Amino acid sequence: MGKHHQVFRNYRQEHALTKRRVVVAAVFVLLMVGVLMARLFYLQVMEYELYQTKANDNRVMLVTEPPPRGLIYDRNGVVLADNRPIHSLTVIPERAAKLPELKASLSSIVDITEEDWAEYESKLKEYRRPYQSITLKSQLTDDEWSKVSVDLYKLDGVQVEAQLTRYYPYGEAFAHAIGYVGRITSRDLERVDRLAYQGALFIGKTGVEEYYESTLFGKPGISKVEVNARGRIMSEIERQNPTPGKDLHLYMDARLQQYAYDLLGNYKGAVVAIDPNNGGVLAMVSKPGFDPNLFVRGISINQYAELRDDKRLPLFNRALRGGYPPASTIKPFMGLAGLEYGFSSWSETYYARGYYQINPNGRRYRDWKRGGHGWIDLERSIIESVDTYYYQLAHKMGITPIHTFLSKFGYGKSSILDLNGASSGLLPSNEWKKARYKEPWYPGDSVNVGIGQGFMVATPIQIATANAAMAARGHMYYPRMVDRVDGNPAVFENDDGVEHEIKLKDQRNWEKMVRAMEKVVSDSRGTARRLQGTEYKIAGKTGTGQVFSLADDQEYDADNLDKRLHDHALFIGFAPSDAPKIAVFAIFENGGSSSKPADLTKALFDAYLYNKYPEKYDYFEVQRR
Amino acid sequence: MSWQVYHRFIAFTNARLWRLTHVDVLLLAALLILMSGGLFILYSASGQDVAMVERQVLRLGIGMVTCLGLAQLPPKYMRRASPFLFAVLVGLLICVLLFGVGAKGAQRWLALPGGLRFQPSEFMKIVMPMMVAWYFANRPLPPKLKEIITVLVIIAVPSLMVAKQPDLGTALLVGVSGIFALFLAGLGWRYILGAAAAVPVAAYGLWQVMRDYQKQRVLTFLDPESDPLGSGWNIIQSKTAIGSGGLHGKGYLEGTQAQLNFLPESHTDFIIAVLAEEFGMIGCAMLMCAYLLVIARGLYIAAYAEDNYARLLAGSVTLTFFVYMFVNIGMVSGILPVVGVPLPLVSYGGTSIITIMATFGILMSIQTHKRAR
Repeated sequence: MGKHHQVFRNYRQEHALTKRRVVVAAVFVLLMVGVLMARLFYLQVMEYELYQTKANDNRVMLVTEPPPRGLIYDRNGVVLADNRPIHSLTVIPERAAKLPELKASLSSIVDITEEDWAEYESKLKEYRRPYQSITLKSQLTDDEWSKVSVDLYKLDGVQVEAQLTRYYPYGEAFAHAIGYVGRITSRDLERVDRLAYQGALFIGKTGVEEYYESTLFGKPGISKVEVNARGRIMSEIERQNPTPGKDLHLYMDARLQQYAYDLLGNYKGAVVAIDPNNGGVLAMVSKPGFDPNLFVRGISINQYAELRDDKRLPLFNRALRGGYPPASTIKPFMGLAGLEYGFSSWSETYYARGYYQINPNGRRYRDWKRGGHGWIDLERSIIESVDTYYYQLAHKMGITPIHTFLSKFGYGKSSILDLNGASSGLLPSNEWKKARYKEPWYPGDSVNVGIGQGFMVATPIQIATANAAMAARGHMYYPRMVDRVDGNPAVFENDDGVEHEIKLKDQRNWEKMVRAMEKVVSDSRGTARRLQGTEYKIAGKTGTGQVFSLADDQEYDADNLDKRLHDHALFIGFAPSDAPKIAVFAIFENGGSSSKPADLTKALFDAYLYNKYPEKYDYFEVQRR
Repeated sequence: MSWQVYHRFIAFTNARLWRLTHVDVLLLAALLILMSGGLFILYSASGQDVAMVERQVLRLGIGMVTCLGLAQLPPKYMRRASPFLFAVLVGLLICVLLFGVGAKGAQRWLALPGGLRFQPSEFMKIVMPMMVAWYFANRPLPPKLKEIITVLVIIAVPSLMVAKQPDLGTALLVGVSGIFALFLAGLGWRYILGAAAAVPVAAYGLWQVMRDYQKQRVLTFLDPESDPLGSGWNIIQSKTAIGSGGLHGKGYLEGTQAQLNFLPESHTDFIIAVLAEEFGMIGCAMLMCAYLLVIARGLYIAAYAEDNYARLLAGSVTLTFFVYMFVNIGMVSGILPVVGVPLPLVSYGGTSIITIMATFGILMSIQTHKRAR
């Protein structure tokens, strides 16, 4: 059939046709080249700036270098929070083997817990710049470090990075006051500048470490580097060195702190020592403590559960948050309130029986001394800690003047300047009771408050603050931890009074009340007469806080009472009482008798005023910088 | 250019030496310009890897030998061999589908003894237009419907077999090389318009048979930003490289996208992005001019070839060469899907250099074996 057609073929016409088609094709080629050029024009001329920016964003990466954290020193230059180099095992997932193989090859070299792997896998799912490393195991031991370093060449994408970590040389005695740093969580990042904390390992979680986070942290170094697609740094374009965090010098005396902690013995409790001349916290102990280094290292779930579930509440900062009845330590303040509002005077006498009644046949408010104290005056009521005197005084005054007067000393509010999380305790009032219980304030409520019991709750730092204000004869300083920041005096801005004067109608009453408190020690019937025999004068006041209310006719019998229901033992004191340098509050939970906190306070006075420390505290001398 | 110089130039191109050696000197010159430009870019794209450039020079040399060798073979022998070559290649493609070897789930090669590999689909790019040209050589043009259908079957069978391997890029080039021959044979415009109208329907059909990774490529193409670290990475980075080059470029060896490895496959499929980044739009225009020189000479040879077979063959291989370039630059600049087509004679490696140079050998043969008029 093909052959048949061949006869009629017009070759000239066919050539013209194919030639025409070639021309059409040529036009088509030019058109399509035009399309490509238009596309290139769009990308390279019209969108040039966009893509130039993109290329620069690709190429230039900001690398932050975490600054060394400021150190925390005590008043003598002993380092309480130090920086130490550590080595961490990090993985660049893009370069490393797949997870199962990685696990297998690493397990033969270094011990990595399931928790570490779980955390690694969760970080793997979060947004991350490609080729950015993830920490798999922080703080390798020297042994692990050398092992990994030897075998590192076999493991693609696994490396050892050196970083600075926090170290607390003195551990548990300082844990509550200094606080600790821990790994940064996403919650932490919400309140800080994310960029600044990029690459940082730790953030202050509690105590001074938390409150002074921004001061201690410093300013990270930022370098602009040129990176390749694998995230490897090719060159540095610009560099800004990190500014180290500022060092803090505390008022705290490390020896005093450790001594106070040790003196609490096996008791739970708190000790707060304040310099009444400036409000500086010389010691702030909450016992039991815990090893803050655990949190730096990354505490395991089991370790944390053990601390959290411990019945002795080691994680609870008793000094700032423990709510206790101030008990008889309130009496000097209550006495001043009576004088201030004309409900008592130094000369008036009172017959103290073994109990006090609002109405005849009413409830008997018992005195600690069964038979009563007989004829007494205000001074003797302090010396012998006469309960019935204060029952009647508080009953006469009612709650409102008590509330007004005690709040001047910082009761009922959180007054520490530079620590977060202090509880405000409870200084009750009419309004409070109405709001809380929908009941009016009863006279009986006042009676209990008269001896620092009943509704009244105070924290050790509050009682210590009031004590320091008494020592300073009304010149009240709010308590503070930090004395100097990088050598400059610390500045406190966020309070309504770094210090203020409590004015009495008769300012001589300060001195008279201090005299009465001196006699608590020096008088032969003083409740703290066991502290006699010092070269300096101590003013003090004992207290025993009821944990357990006795019925009217019951007798407190320590021997037959569960230890958890034993009275709390309290003591406030300052010395030398003429020009006090130190004011101490101590509480032994369930300590029974106030002799324990009184002895502790005297030991601290001896130590602080006359450097009489047991020999074992000499190591703090050596640690001074 | 004075007349004297022009006449000397024409005389040079028509010199006896070239006629005897069957070299088309203009095509050769255009190819050498393109190749040297390509090597220049490759040096930058390979990260200044001299060894890689040397290997490419070797490949181009082998391609040039193939080209000049084929130029000695008169077109009439090619024509006679066309149906046999086609039959053999279809047979080999069947073998590939049955016992081919390959990587990443694609079977493209036949293993030969001695560890060598052979990729039949690559040769189908040449043999396909030869077959169609042969089919029309003894038939009057323009083709009738029955002939058109026959040719479409001839085109479809190997194209689909290659697509099944799967190798979309090569299948596309095999298909278009046949279609171009059909077009040059004078395929009626109504058929062309009808086919254009059928494209959307065909696209839907194609979607149904595409492999997941092919569909993924299409989806990535439509919205590359949706997976910037995964499948969209290549195209985003190549667009960034091109766009950031601007009009003048960042300078030779100064492209940050290419030199810092942000640009993937920078020495193979995405090499044009290196040029675009370092020499800007001006550099791209110059490269395109080099391509146009080659294409123009190819189309000239086609237009003035001796018979229908030669015209159809010369025209379709030239246009296929153009499609190579167009698809590559189109995909790198983000207007076509990423189908894995190299930039001809510029991208590093691949069998494609040999087969492309073979087509230029055919062009030279067609041009230099004409009987003198």
